[in-house]
Amino acid sequence: MYEFFTSMFPIPSTPSPAWFALEWAAYIISIALIAWMVIDMIRTNAAYSEDVLQSSREGEIDDKL
Amino acid sequence: MSMTSAASAAKINLLRVLGPVHVWGLGVGIVLVGEFSGWNFAVGKGGALAVLIACWLAGVLYTCVAMIDSEVTSTVAAAGGQYAQAKHIVGPLMAFNVGLYLVMAYTMLEAGNALTAGFLVQYASQLLGVTGVNYQPYAILSIAALAFLNYRGVLMTLTFNYIITAIAFLSIIVLFVAAQPWAPGVVLKHKELLTGLPYGWIGVVASLHFALWFFLGIEGTTQAAEEVRSPARALPLGTMTGMITLLIAASLTWYIAAGLMPWEYLGTVANYTPLFDAARVIGQPWLMVLLFIGTMFSALASANGCINDASRAWFSMGRDRYVPVWFGAVHPVNRTPYRSIIFLLPIALAFALKVPLDQIITFSILSGLLGYTFMSFNMVMFRNKWPLESIKRGYVHPFHPLPAFVLLLLCAVTYFAIFLGYGTQLVSMIAFYAIISLWFHFYRYQYVRRGAQFTMPWPRPKGY
Repeated sequence: MYEFFTSMFPIPSTPSPAWFALEWAAYIISIALIAWMVIDMIRTNAAYSEDVLQSSREGEIDDKL
Repeated sequence: MSMTSAASAAKINLLRVLGPVHVWGLGVGIVLVGEFSGWNFAVGKGGALAVLIACWLAGVLYTCVAMIDSEVTSTVAAAGGQYAQAKHIVGPLMAFNVGLYLVMAYTMLEAGNALTAGFLVQYASQLLGVTGVNYQPYAILSIAALAFLNYRGVLMTLTFNYIITAIAFLSIIVLFVAAQPWAPGVVLKHKELLTGLPYGWIGVVASLHFALWFFLGIEGTTQAAEEVRSPARALPLGTMTGMITLLIAASLTWYIAAGLMPWEYLGTVANYTPLFDAARVIGQPWLMVLLFIGTMFSALASANGCINDASRAWFSMGRDRYVPVWFGAVHPVNRTPYRSIIFLLPIALAFALKVPLDQIITFSILSGLLGYTFMSFNMVMFRNKWPLESIKRGYVHPFHPLPAFVLLLLCAVTYFAIFLGYGTQLVSMIAFYAIISLWFHFYRYQYVRRGAQFTMPWPRPKGY
């Protein structure tokens, strides 16, 4: 399980301090962005009814040809 | 006032804020990465000259796709693009399949682009003498950041796409000028490097598989149909100018790369960055930096466009209940299909982190090709059921039904080309769609909005 996980998300190990920090930064920013989206989705789902959220209907051409 | 009460009476739709330049940026943005990375795998199948012929054939195939798409989409202005076309013109089972082709093709393409971005960073670190840098964090960051951009709003997303796509395209032009095409033999060595057809004409057919990469994805412009201000004008204009741009970019790319590198090197699967390598051969540091930026921007633009398109296709299927209706929701503030964007994010990550790049490309091409095959039938049915005088089109493509027949013929040749190299994947992909079609027919169809899904104000089809 651990090996499977680290094959997808390898722990930074490069000897260069700058690149080491960059790799961690990439992970941290990714987690923050995904977390932000998931939290916003949960809050939005809770704040609006499904009728409102799913009220979109397929588009019609409303411009002059 | 609570948010619920404020929006209770409101209807939440996708925003109509895009213009032709955004459509151009979406279409060319998805495709242009193919010029920077991927097309060169075709060189290994048949040599450089074979790829030039295959590039032209692929150009004809995609010109047919662009013309057919432009005509049908100028009338079916709905998110979901070819899915919505299939629903209205052929029927629900075809629509379900086409919707899945779109989601699979774009999600895998997104994964491939994120991988390319990650490999680029790793490659740059190696060129700078740093060892042990992983590509995965950067691939993950690409997907997460672009999904975030898509989540926040379509105008910002596709304006960003337009800018980085234009920069990537300009970098190809600059590379072409730097290669001094007016002085053959000085930088470009076509005379010495072009060695005929090493595998004969079968090599030309085989190279058609990866030659699709020069243009794969231009049909993605139709996914913006529900968000452009003027679909009847913007979609044909953006798609056709995009196709012209890609024909120029593909020709320049082949000309530069084939004149600088021997086909034996150009065609190796380990060569991910043929245009960046071309800049390295020319040897100017500023040019290398520019082509590195161009390659990175093209990969990001493609991933960005793919997230946009895959989420619209999945959202449209959810709205019609082809998949759970939960996915048919629009964010009340950002006006984006936010649940579809988040749902597809881990799928793209899984493909990017666990599947080899050439397999991802092949599965993406196969899904795309199935969609193009559908388009040829779709066009004939569209003109038969709704002749020109029955519905006013924003664009009418010339020489009907020739483009539909040429498209079908070229699709058949490409299936054979894929079978030559990736027969197992071809068979397993078709088996997958056959099984999922049975599931849809016998189980899922009971949940579909039967009458309400047909929204176009069209007259009764001829003969019905």
